[in-house]
Amino acid sequence: MSKLFQTGLKVINIGMKSFKKTLEKQHVESVQVDWRPPMAIGDIAASIIRANTGKIEAANAEAVNKILNSKPFIEGMGKALDVIPGMKKKMLLHAGPPVPWQKMCGPMRGAIIGALIYERMTDSPERAEHIAASGEIEFSPCHAHSAVGPMAGIVSPSMPVFMLKDDQNGNKAYCTMNEGLGKVLRYGAFDSDVIARLDWMEKILAPSLMRAIEKTGRIDLKNIIAQALQMGDEVHNRNRAATSLLYRTLAPAVILTSDNSEVAASVLEFINKNDHFFLNLSMGASKLSLDAARDIAYSSIVVAMARNGTEFGIQTAGTGDQWFTGPSPVPDALFFTGYSKDDANPDIGDSSITETAGLGGFAIASSPAIVQFVGGSTQDAINYSLKMYEITAAENNIYKIPYLDFRGTPTGIDLLKIAEKNILPFIDTGVAHKEAGIGQIGAGVLSAPAEPFIRAIAGLAEKIQPQKEH
Amino acid sequence: MKKIGFIRKGEYHDSISLMLIAKQISGLPGVADSAVVIGSKENKEVIASAGLMTQELIPAGESDLVVALKLDDGIDSDKMIAEIEAIFRSKNKAGSGTGLPQSISGALDLLPDATLALISVAGRYAGDLAMRSLQRGLNVMLFSDNVPVDKEIELKKFAAERNLFVMGPDCGTAIINGVPLAFANEVSRGDIGIVAASGTGLQEASCLISNSGFGISQAIGTGGRDVKKEVGGIMFIEGMKALASDARTSVILLISKPPAAEVLEKIISLARQIDKPVIGLFLGAPPELMTGGNVRRASTLEEAAQLAISCSKERTVSRPADPGTDDHLEVEPALAPGQKYLRGLYSGGTFCDEAQLICNDSLDEIYSNTPFGSSRMLKHSWKSEKHTILDMGDDEFTVGKPHPMIDYSTRNKRIIAEADDPETAVILLDIVLGYGANPDPLADIVPAIISVRGIAEREKRRIPLVCSVTGTDKDPQNRTAVVSALRSHGVIVMRSNAAACRKAIQIITRRSISHV
Repeated sequence: MSKLFQTGLKVINIGMKSFKKTLEKQHVESVQVDWRPPMAIGDIAASIIRANTGKIEAANAEAVNKILNSKPFIEGMGKALDVIPGMKKKMLLHAGPPVPWQKMCGPMRGAIIGALIYERMTDSPERAEHIAASGEIEFSPCHAHSAVGPMAGIVSPSMPVFMLKDDQNGNKAYCTMNEGLGKVLRYGAFDSDVIARLDWMEKILAPSLMRAIEKTGRIDLKNIIAQALQMGDEVHNRNRAATSLLYRTLAPAVILTSDNSEVAASVLEFINKNDHFFLNLSMGASKLSLDAARDIAYSSIVVAMARNGTEFGIQTAGTGDQWFTGPSPVPDALFFTGYSKDDANPDIGDSSITETAGLGGFAIASSPAIVQFVGGSTQDAINYSLKMYEITAAENNIYKIPYLDFRGTPTGIDLLKIAEKNILPFIDTGVAHKEAGIGQIGAGVLSAPAEPFIRAIAGLAEKIQPQKEH
Repeated sequence: MKKIGFIRKGEYHDSISLMLIAKQISGLPGVADSAVVIGSKENKEVIASAGLMTQELIPAGESDLVVALKLDDGIDSDKMIAEIEAIFRSKNKAGSGTGLPQSISGALDLLPDATLALISVAGRYAGDLAMRSLQRGLNVMLFSDNVPVDKEIELKKFAAERNLFVMGPDCGTAIINGVPLAFANEVSRGDIGIVAASGTGLQEASCLISNSGFGISQAIGTGGRDVKKEVGGIMFIEGMKALASDARTSVILLISKPPAAEVLEKIISLARQIDKPVIGLFLGAPPELMTGGNVRRASTLEEAAQLAISCSKERTVSRPADPGTDDHLEVEPALAPGQKYLRGLYSGGTFCDEAQLICNDSLDEIYSNTPFGSSRMLKHSWKSEKHTILDMGDDEFTVGKPHPMIDYSTRNKRIIAEADDPETAVILLDIVLGYGANPDPLADIVPAIISVRGIAEREKRRIPLVCSVTGTDKDPQNRTAVVSALRSHGVIVMRSNAAACRKAIQIITRRSISHV
């Protein structure tokens, strides 16, 4: 204590902010800790985790290493039924954790109706609905088939998909081509324009891109993303720079491999008009990196965050294929004129895989423009990213944020840090109208809900030390 | 009247923010009663006994926030809920993405040579945070209460071994290197050092000393439980040692309720080894205690301050202006025949104890919700009996409601209730100023004073209000301004709590408010 009398008072204030204000008035150097109580995870789970800290930390180090060293490439394109593992003729893949038809939200149902029409199973939406509800169609999460899809995320057998590969780890992933904005399938639209566009993408766009990629050779996605981050993208809600870089890579090859300059132009114009064309690829690249870390026993690193518009689900490295879910929240959004929170669908899409990989909301300090769009200030953007360092295991080796002195993005979400500090992953996202087919009605931010993470910790503890049945 | 309740899952606010939210909600038109609390088992029981429990609230847990309301008839519940959601949203907005560290290690990254952690989070988490702070070499001031005693012992033993200090748990006040910490006053620097197991006691003593032109070298809080048997006075002793070796301290003042016998022995034997005058105020301790040699005994905070001053080596050059005692009173019999009783309504627990002690000598049958000395337990805390002296900062008055040192609404209601009671002869109060206390005490209490005057006029009786104001002119509220305003409203303001008690007793026994 005597030392305190001599060396002077410098205070860390944990708790009531009014005490810090007093210290400031007294010109005492002090820092406020924005403390929150840890999440309540249950005593049994807590003691199991405590008893295995060493093993968990070692497993996490291994998982993070795999994520950071992944090398995602576009290898080519193919038909979903031909190349996606486990795909069937009467199967439709969707975003998020498993969900039955009865529980699906408006946009997802609309997208399924549209997919069935696109597959020529029927030309009537009413009939499509009937087929979907009948049990004739098997619904399965994209994630269960090494795939990811934005918004409703519907992948049907005839759809062309990008074929991606992690050169380091050898695993593969798949994603469709992004249709563009407005009335599109992924927002649940299914009118003739939507179907016509899907047909064009299958018959014209895909073959053209396939030939172009054969010509250019495999395309380094990590490289594009790293550059895009330095150009103001976070590759979830803002993909303009990444799309431009992809366009530059592909354009000459598209032209050279086409025998019809109008077709070549229409292909390039399609990409040019869609600022989010790269989104599906940034999602695919993220999935590849995270899949490399799957099935590492004891690891508490999150390998997937995904929403189906009804539930928000996560998977971790140490808990296999198990989904841990909770209700999907409605984002706190800035709505386009004429729309309000009452119109909004709960959070939907596999696109939160970008945050899971240290991009999107985690890299938002690289994208001040998007923060403005969601109603914040540049300082908000920086603070959001900074906060995410508290819940991640590492800083990215390749994806760097210029404004933070080229600090690597927060990568490798650790379940246990989330619980200890009661900080949830920050996601910035588009918001869909809750009715099928209307489209995007706003953009906003949200924290992932707590429930899936609390359940996942219990799941991990149970996996480490199964409790006997009573 | 209808009851509604809802849970806000996983939501957290620090206790002050929660109080402010609660205050805002209780002020909404149409809200007859309300509670905004953490969904702990104890709080749910309190809500139930307040008649506010509803089905929806039963599943609430410790990390949830519970809002329970009683609405007037004809109030639209949905509209009310929407209004309340808006209040919460506006409070939450501020906290998102603030960029502040969220942990001790995060804080140390920003302030690597920090020397003290000031912890005021909920008790069940505070202990671990305190231990982590000690492990990082920080002294700790533990404002939080509800920290288990075995945790307190673990912390203090750990700290003592490393020459670190743990002030608390339940330590609301300290003044280190002239800096008021948590709920403390801005006092002059001088050569009187204090070790106190009572926050309000520390405040009163330090203010009386400062207002007399003397000053405080260091004022160390130990929390109320330190001098009990289990903790054994670990930090009280460490504090004494630190002041003994502090060059700036010439007098050591000890303030507490009576320690456990074995702890008191340790304190006295250490005191005798110290080559400085030691003054002990152990409220309610028998007179034979602690005398002889360098050790002197006081029986009130006022006396303790006076003895400390008399031992100070400083000669003051200027004394701060002292608004003084009340001498301007009318000379006339004042009380109606039925007015018999003293009603003390205290925000500081130690003042409540001191008041009981002083009043026990002169008044029979004193009741309290926290009986001290020979006082009896009040059967229903919300209904005064005979002479009643209340600690309104006690848990039963403060669950889901702001502490009376910060917000006077609960006490104001009680002041008016006592004024309404024809048997009330005098109402006795403490007003505590300083950092953390009510920022605008006058705005909060003057309406109640005016109401009391209204009752007095209507009922044609005098209802004297007697109080002391603990604070200094350097406090944000400015003591002189507060005292002057109170007196202009007819309140009798005395120099100390002890003086206020004596004045109140005088009024009752002489049945007049004349000054003798």
